[in-house]
Amino acid sequence: MAQIGSSARSSVKGGTFAGLGPLLMLPSWVVIGFFLVLPVILMLVYSFLTKEFRGGVIWEFSVNAYDQFFFNRGLFGDEAPTIEWTYINIFWRSIWQAGLATVLCLFIGFPTAWFIATRSGHSKSMWLFLITIPYWVNLLIRTISLKFLIRDTGPMNTWLMSWGIIDQPIHIINSNLAVQLGLFYSYLPFMVLPIYASVERYDFSLSEAAADLYSTRMETLRQIIIPVVKPGIIAGCILVFVPSLGAFLAPDLLGGSKTFMIGSLIEEQFKGNAGNWPFGAAVSMILLSLVLIALMFYARSQSSARKATRAAD
Amino acid sequence: MRKPFDIKRYPGFFPITCLCLFLLYTPLIVVMVYSFNDSNSITNWGGMSLRWYEEVFYGVESQKFKKAAFNSLSIAICAAITATTLAVCAAMAMLRTGVFRGQTLSFALINLPLMVPEIVTAVATLVFFSAIGFKTGYASILIAHIVFCIPFAYLPIAARMQSVDATYEQAAQDLYATRFEAFRLVLLPLILPGVISGFLLAFIISLDDFIITNFVKGAGIETLPTAIFGSVKQGIKPSIMAISTLLLLLSVVFVTLSYFVGRKGQQTP
Repeated sequence: MAQIGSSARSSVKGGTFAGLGPLLMLPSWVVIGFFLVLPVILMLVYSFLTKEFRGGVIWEFSVNAYDQFFFNRGLFGDEAPTIEWTYINIFWRSIWQAGLATVLCLFIGFPTAWFIATRSGHSKSMWLFLITIPYWVNLLIRTISLKFLIRDTGPMNTWLMSWGIIDQPIHIINSNLAVQLGLFYSYLPFMVLPIYASVERYDFSLSEAAADLYSTRMETLRQIIIPVVKPGIIAGCILVFVPSLGAFLAPDLLGGSKTFMIGSLIEEQFKGNAGNWPFGAAVSMILLSLVLIALMFYARSQSSARKATRAAD
Repeated sequence: MRKPFDIKRYPGFFPITCLCLFLLYTPLIVVMVYSFNDSNSITNWGGMSLRWYEEVFYGVESQKFKKAAFNSLSIAICAAITATTLAVCAAMAMLRTGVFRGQTLSFALINLPLMVPEIVTAVATLVFFSAIGFKTGYASILIAHIVFCIPFAYLPIAARMQSVDATYEQAAQDLYATRFEAFRLVLLPLILPGVISGFLLAFIISLDDFIITNFVKGAGIETLPTAIFGSVKQGIKPSIMAISTLLLLLSVVFVTLSYFVGRKGQQTP
């Protein structure tokens, strides 16, 4: 994505519409600045305010929201603070779920991306098209479909039982496995596409050279291909991990009440009367900082990969 | 000619690819098939029928769903048109105006909606609207949709504009076309495939959104996804499967359209 912004500058000095840049950019600046940047800043401010019962805030500085997240001070707030595990556990569980879903996506996504990228011409674009279609289908509908399929009395269990493979329904719904499956299913195309783009640019003469030097397929894969396409793999992992972390639909529809994740925790603070806006804002800010750390890690790996290719040239 | 050792081939990768497609498509196909089920129970198969489609269009809840569908479609069209217009301007600013201060920052800003987790965008927008006293409803949904549609419209447009050489517009200007004429008569027709696919993607993204809409919609207005979500909370009904199938087919048609428009654009640069 980053190349789109930079490389064109070199093509023509000044450009056809030179000098109009800021003017043409203005509408997007206004819309995104006013309706996204400002709201996020407001959330940051709210996370440092005092809560008002029945939702809302009182304009009084307080770090209570973050305190509540990390520390337990007893029922009346007068005990010595101990670490509050409830919310840290929810975060940890979300990270774990999102991580497992990412690994699952990688194991299925990498071979798929490789297979598609090594097809020729027309069949390549056909395969790619087949992979992209499900991504564009409404996420809610996909999640409902998955729920319908894997319910205890759903078609999957019915078929497996009628074929005599199992005699009791496999209980998946309302479990961690169901959530992982849901996240995996939701974001699998995100894994395939960037890896595909990387493999596309892979120079197959490297594999040939390795084969000439008596490297086996697996050695080539591990020592040459994976290091070379690593930027694509990392991009795919980020694209799956980040939305999984804040996912709301998969845990809500497939996980039931036992598999609370960050998304549901935030939602709960802003819906209904029991809400605690500053706390919800604080949780959102903590989630946002996790995502920004992941993105920074990604940006660094991409720029070091670019440096490496430049050094190789 | 068959090489003794095909370096591109890895045994097992083809079955995994098939498995990948199988996993992606099975739930969708199952729901499509079961939407034609002529049985009151969603589990047992009772033969083919269109009764659930009839229920969607003429049943008890049909008014609610028709209204939701109207809201969804009109919001998606308005949001996609606005986002595409903004994205065309932004792409020109990034690619056709030389270097200006804040260009890198602008690029980050356009992509910001992709980076902030949806749930955070949703609650932040809700809190913001309530802080400035903006009444939630149709307008608030529309504004939120425009924001997150911009990057989706921008990417195909920018990719297309990048592949069109700026010398075309310069030639037009050398022949005394004004800047606006150079845009309207030369650049716009050349980037049109990108603009169309950007518009279609923005349209689908808007039509699909549930989380952000659910937060900023306020009471008394529903879009199709929020209406479906509300119904599903009480259990999956066959009529929901029929609506899902319709929406699914709509998405597939739009993506296919976008794909072929994009491909046609590549063939005639």
